[in-house]
Amino acid sequence: MTTNSKAPAHVNHPTHVRLDTSDKIIRTVTYIFVGLFSLICVLPFWMIVASSFSSESAIRLTGFTLWPSEVSTYSYELLLRSPDQMIGAYVVTICLAVVGTAIGLFIISMTGYALQRKDFPYRNGIMFYIYFTSLFSAGLVPFYLLIVQTLNLRDSYFAILLPLLMSPWLIVLMKNFVKAIPHEITESGKIDGAGDFRIFYALVLPSLKPALATIGLFLALGYWNEWYYSSLFLTSQTEYRPLQYHLYNVINKVASLRNSVAGSNVTLTTELPSETLKMATAVLATGPIILLYPFVQKYFVAGLTVGSVKG
Amino acid sequence: MVKSQKAVTNGLHTYRRPPLGRTLMQNKTLLLMCLPAIVFFFVFSYMPMPGAYIAFTNFQYNKGIWNSPFIGLQNFKFLFTSGQLGLLLRNTILYNLAFIVLGNVLQLLFAILLNEVQSKGFKKTTQSLMFLPYFISDVLVSLLVYNLLNYDYGFISNLVRNLGGEMPIVYQMPQAWPFIIVAVNLWKSTGYGTVVYFAAITSMDSSMMEAAQIDGANGFQRIRYITLPTLKPTVVILFLFAIGGILKGNFGLFYNLVGNNSILFNTTDIIETYVYRSMMNSFNFSQSSAVGLFQSVVGFFIVLGANAFVKKLDSDYALF
Repeated sequence: MTTNSKAPAHVNHPTHVRLDTSDKIIRTVTYIFVGLFSLICVLPFWMIVASSFSSESAIRLTGFTLWPSEVSTYSYELLLRSPDQMIGAYVVTICLAVVGTAIGLFIISMTGYALQRKDFPYRNGIMFYIYFTSLFSAGLVPFYLLIVQTLNLRDSYFAILLPLLMSPWLIVLMKNFVKAIPHEITESGKIDGAGDFRIFYALVLPSLKPALATIGLFLALGYWNEWYYSSLFLTSQTEYRPLQYHLYNVINKVASLRNSVAGSNVTLTTELPSETLKMATAVLATGPIILLYPFVQKYFVAGLTVGSVKG
Repeated sequence: MVKSQKAVTNGLHTYRRPPLGRTLMQNKTLLLMCLPAIVFFFVFSYMPMPGAYIAFTNFQYNKGIWNSPFIGLQNFKFLFTSGQLGLLLRNTILYNLAFIVLGNVLQLLFAILLNEVQSKGFKKTTQSLMFLPYFISDVLVSLLVYNLLNYDYGFISNLVRNLGGEMPIVYQMPQAWPFIIVAVNLWKSTGYGTVVYFAAITSMDSSMMEAAQIDGANGFQRIRYITLPTLKPTVVILFLFAIGGILKGNFGLFYNLVGNNSILFNTTDIIETYVYRSMMNSFNFSQSSAVGLFQSVVGFFIVLGANAFVKKLDSDYALF
């Protein structure tokens, strides 16, 4: 009679199922585990930020903490006072990332499209030629000698730009993206008498935007996080290093940083903050990624899903 | 009629294979489009291959690869008899096994748990947070670990001291590092793998799940009898491919965490770090490349084996 608000839920919503004990256990465990692990994933980042805003003496006293017991921006001020290295690192990294991503994307998408064309008789052969390089390699030493002796690229930014341009994995990923584009697009282009490159450039490329975003971000991330080729091929002759390699040097050779900062306007009587300087450099070197992360994350997820489900 | 010109049968028609020149011309645009990639892999992957010859020489930098004295298998002999190669193989394989097994367990666990989360906001936020470590460089990872474990200022060191405990100098404790490295690797890669498995779960047929719910299957039963069996093929295939790469170490992680801290090498040195150090620090190009070549050749056959297994299970997923 009365409006029975306590009517069993499943009467009204047959698909809604009551929660039994095991569901409740799972739900509780889920929220605790997932929540805790997510926290563990971000806390270290927070700790770096907190430490970078701490005073050096507070760290000497209490160590790294989740909240600085004495807030100070001194390390940032020091970095700003002689910003040459940092600005140089930013410029190098951004240039590498922009140029490398653009060239890499162009080549990868072109190759991925050609290799996905069913009427291209050499597609399997070329794909194997590319893929084989991920199965077998000569190893680090011959590669190193190629760059240093044959190509003579020591201390050249090309030694970083070139090796990161593409990978077999990214080409396969692009192929999988192209596969999802209707074949009719190519066919209609052919009927209109367009050449293969024109079909690719004018018809296929525009519908590849999600793929370009995903693969472009993988490339850009590779350049942004690059320190490996720098450590192999850039000697002290190179004045400006990519950001992560700069950070690597700051972490491993604080002494050298001390000298570079001391060379500017810092009086030698003030003790130079080594710990907070490391942290502040880390924040500046990683900040842009963390800030961009929420906006670009979905493209990476798309790439992982397309790339892993089908090889 | 056609006189023994190369006749090709494809079952239905017999036709003359067009001359190579014409096929090339007909596909010249597509070939040109592949050309940059072909050149790229030729220069950076195929051109170094003959250089693996260094492994059989006593390499002298100023003489170059081809003029250094040939010494046969001596480099390999030394690596085997000194026990160096055995140590590197042990470390590389054991670490990778730990990464693969524990990693997959955690990734599966979190993918399944995420699937049980009802709140969209919670699901999205936690997924983002878990995925975050994947995006940062290993250089920063080393700083994060330093932040926690450094003897003087580390967060954990202080925590232990405040609780009245005695904090050992972790950076001088070789026995602690397998645990640290495995933990850091899990921290960095769990979110990534969870995304993959979670995608596999969400792409599965939901009607089965609904039917099970209506039939009164509880949460454990749904996971046990529906989610896990559906994921099994993906798990098996990803696992096999991971085994295929068992000789490949994560250089960036190990090198940044351990660096040149030789106290820790016994438990932390893997093939990649040894190759890198013996080339960059001790300029022993010959031994370095011998280890590298050994890794490439043996690794190649392991991948072939793993791929053959995958092919048997489901040829759709095989690499080639």
